Amino acid sequence: MAAITRPRGAERVLATDRFATEIRLARLNILIAFIALALGGLMGVLQILQYNGIDLYRFIKPILPGGYYQGLTLHGVLNVLVFTTFYIIGFLTLITAKAFDKPLVHKGLGWFTFWLMLGGLLMTALPILLNNATVLFTFYPPLKADGFFYLGLTLVVVGTYFLLLNQALTYRVWRKENPKAKIPLPAFMAIVTMSMWVIATIGIAAEMLFLLIPWSFGWVEGTDVLLARTLFWFTGHPIVYFWLLPAYISWYTMIPKQAGGKLFSEPMARVSFVLFLVLSIPIGIHHQYTDPGISAIWKLVHFIFTVGVFFPSLLTFFNVVASLEHAGRSRGGKGWLAWIFALPWKSATFTAQVFAMILFAFGGAGGVINASYNLNLVVHNTAWISGHFHLTVGSAVALSFMGMGYWLVPYLSGRRLFSNFLGLAASWCWLIGMILFSHFMHMLGLLGVPRRSMLGGAPYFNESTYAGVAEWRLLLPVAMVGGLVMFVSAILFYTNMVLTITRGQPEPNQQIPFAEKISGPEDVPAVLDRFWPWVVGAIMLIAINYGPTLYYLISTSRLNIPGLRPW
Amino acid sequence: MMKNSSKLVGYIFEFAWILPSVAIPVAVITAVIITAFAVGIRVPDIAGRIDPVAINNVAPFNEPGVRELAPGRYEATLIAQTFLFTPNEIEIPAGSDVTFVLTSRDVIHGFKIVGTSVNMMAVPGQISKMTAHFPEPGEYLILCHEYCGSGHHVMYGKIIVK
Repeated sequence: MAAITRPRGAERVLATDRFATEIRLARLNILIAFIALALGGLMGVLQILQYNGIDLYRFIKPILPGGYYQGLTLHGVLNVLVFTTFYIIGFLTLITAKAFDKPLVHKGLGWFTFWLMLGGLLMTALPILLNNATVLFTFYPPLKADGFFYLGLTLVVVGTYFLLLNQALTYRVWRKENPKAKIPLPAFMAIVTMSMWVIATIGIAAEMLFLLIPWSFGWVEGTDVLLARTLFWFTGHPIVYFWLLPAYISWYTMIPKQAGGKLFSEPMARVSFVLFLVLSIPIGIHHQYTDPGISAIWKLVHFIFTVGVFFPSLLTFFNVVASLEHAGRSRGGKGWLAWIFALPWKSATFTAQVFAMILFAFGGAGGVINASYNLNLVVHNTAWISGHFHLTVGSAVALSFMGMGYWLVPYLSGRRLFSNFLGLAASWCWLIGMILFSHFMHMLGLLGVPRRSMLGGAPYFNESTYAGVAEWRLLLPVAMVGGLVMFVSAILFYTNMVLTITRGQPEPNQQIPFAEKISGPEDVPAVLDRFWPWVVGAIMLIAINYGPTLYYLISTSRLNIPGLRPW
Repeated sequence: MMKNSSKLVGYIFEFAWILPSVAIPVAVITAVIITAFAVGIRVPDIAGRIDPVAINNVAPFNEPGVRELAPGRYEATLIAQTFLFTPNEIEIPAGSDVTFVLTSRDVIHGFKIVGTSVNMMAVPGQISKMTAHFPEPGEYLILCHEYCGSGHHVMYGKIIVK
């Protein structure tokens, strides 16, 4: 922590900076995020080695007594819950203030958010490290973790609510000062993201407060497993958009500038964001196609709405690629596609994020397959899903967040990026490693390999007479090579980041790369500058799509399933 | 003037992109609905609740195993628990339709028959049901594909089609 607040020079500059609080909050949040990603990623390397018969867990038994499954819990919790949430809260705190050109009105609230989240994180971490919460990041009951695991996660989520409050208070003041202006695009997007997230967390909040916390602390005897699972996925699907939308903010409002062009269309960007607000949540049952006790008709309805979310994703694809084309042509690129070569492929931050987009195109297509009702029967809970997840949160989100790190960490530390070349090398390694890893995980899934299973020790894999296992043996080593190439990428990335904050040349007065627009705020209709109509629309759609299922599950609910700790 | 004409080109491009952006989702929805309702590839539906404490006394789970319902039609009742299925091995003749009726005694388990479309969760307190057709003789793996504890990876069963 000391390292990132040095040098004294930059710190002295901060004292006079209007945005000193936001910068300090962003530094701390993003530092925690990247530490989480490093530890969580390391666990992933152990997993793919284990699948190939190389068991390194034996050597770390004293610190990881739960072995593979405890490591898997860390991999999931650290990467998709801690890394994402802390990075996003840090990034959106900074972006909201900078876009409004106005520090968040309530500094104390900003610090309260941070300390509440950090307290929750430590409270969750302790039971996991003691092997008292080896329940994976989905923590489905009746697997019963230590109560503090659930309480800590709840505090992290509650902490994030105060960023939305701070954004709303800041917006109100800004609106009084700017009655006629359109909300700056990054601020609009940041507030839409947080609004969607807060509505989405109703599910997990209810699961924690009414089911898991009273049950894990022993105040009630049993729980309702299916109801808990349904509430989990109420939040569990939109959480992926909570991870993705901040990457989209970078793709829409910064990448065009970093590419040397302008955003193609601000109105279209806003359409896609408000559609994410409305459509992200009422589709969570598409994670439960194989569950009993939920009507197949509502599963079908959630499928149809899920495919609806494909629409704003395709709008984003078009808008971002059109912006890139504009940039390519502005840089002298010609032809139907040859403009691509005119883009700044020598910039690490640009290249990393465009690679994230390319990988996400495949992740998105796979996502449509996962969400496609009966087609899901082929892939549900197989290695296909792990492959998909690594293209989406592991690439679209994580590679974007690392790519943004190449300007964000220098910006926050007041130092120049140590090495653009290392950044480029890391980005290429991630792209190549991820293509190998995810492609072969998808294939393994189609062959029936289950996800989240300690394959290296599985009798059906090692001793079974089942003939199909021979194919698994051929493909798993390729996935391992992919994993190891990503490991190299991570080493290059972290070396670069540590050297940037310790050895980088001091460089004060860096700017956030906000892009101009070809079609800008002057073309934005008033309804795309408001929040309430979309929030009300989201809540109504949630009531329609979730109301009957939740009513049925709650009215037939019996809290009769005791907890178990089978690890 | 310059600005207006470039905006018009922009609108044409937007429209040209929006059309397939609507057409692709509509095509996906249509294709899936046809396979679900005309071809009959369904996902699990509501099949009732059961008190896990009473599993041993309630039909059909009091006698897990395979029952012949009609010529070529079977019902296989299974109980999932840490870390095995009861029964762990099922034999059926080739060409039969088998309805799998499943619940869990303890935590959530998975139930995937590799190479078929049978893929469902075994949730304590709930009954799961799916049907599959087994045309050819052979050996099929039943995998638990939901983390259920430290022995999750040893939990599997077999279907022998004769």
